[in-house]
Amino acid sequence: MPTTKLHFEDFEPGAVAVYGPRLVTREEIVAFAAEFDPQPMHLDEAAASATLLGGLGASGWHVCCLLMRIIADGFVLNSSSMGSPGIDEVRWHKPLRPGTQIRVRSTVLECRPSKSRPEMGLTKFRYEVIDEADICLMTMVTTAMLGRRHEAQP
Amino acid sequence: MKFFEDIQVGDAFDYGRYTFTAENIKAFAMRYDPQTFHVDEAAAERSHFGALVASGWHTALAWMRLMVDYRRRMDEAMLARGEPVAGIGPALGFRELKWPTPVYVGDTVAYRSEVIELRPSNSRPKSGLMTFRSSGVNQNGKPVLSLVSTTFLERREKSP
Repeated sequence: MPTTKLHFEDFEPGAVAVYGPRLVTREEIVAFAAEFDPQPMHLDEAAASATLLGGLGASGWHVCCLLMRIIADGFVLNSSSMGSPGIDEVRWHKPLRPGTQIRVRSTVLECRPSKSRPEMGLTKFRYEVIDEADICLMTMVTTAMLGRRHEAQP
Repeated sequence: MKFFEDIQVGDAFDYGRYTFTAENIKAFAMRYDPQTFHVDEAAAERSHFGALVASGWHTALAWMRLMVDYRRRMDEAMLARGEPVAGIGPALGFRELKWPTPVYVGDTVAYRSEVIELRPSNSRPKSGLMTFRSSGVNQNGKPVLSLVSTTFLERREKSP
């Protein structure tokens, strides 16, 4: 059945795309931290300035969740996504400060059919969360499980 | 938190448990990961998961919250004994995060961490770097989360 959804076959190594932008407010940073990561450096300017973060910054896990939401709206919700087995690596390079407008740059690193599941392929992405000045705040390398448009012959 | 010098490789911390409900799974996913199998029971039943499953980010954030709460309780107990507490963070990142088993409605996950490496920090001599492996296991003993993270931890004795 023909479909306009993105499948495993629609991604090629080296392909680059940019998703977003999204403005991240102080209120959002503090609300996320209060719920999931209530450390002073994510909650309160005065307390944050005394930490190694040197001022209020978003929880690194908040940046991961923002990345997920940006790529969900960017392409994942319009794909045959079957979830992810995990994340190879996340590095937090710079703090995400209140009032920053972020985007996500995605690069396809590798595409391979699943050996055990012919209906599925594994696509490895590198994502970079970048600010208005194109400075990279976080990198993530992760594998997506994507449905195949045409199921491979066994 | 204990100081860098007071932590040893092999030290383990049990953070407690978190129960996933349809409500908290959907509330989290609606905000950060609104794939159909995380937000819509009927669509999830038709998916390869067979039922509503938690976003992997939700599985991880439940760990983060329990760990932060655990550290706060440790700090309060140390302060009550008149002991100084060490500052922890920020983290550099994490690696080898795996979601080996989906988390379904009603699952209760127990989270813990174990220290696997301690090394000095060249960039921040007042801190050391602590690397620890964290895991979440469901009520059937199946692993649902594992990851390795590295964070700064304040030193008791400031090296030159």
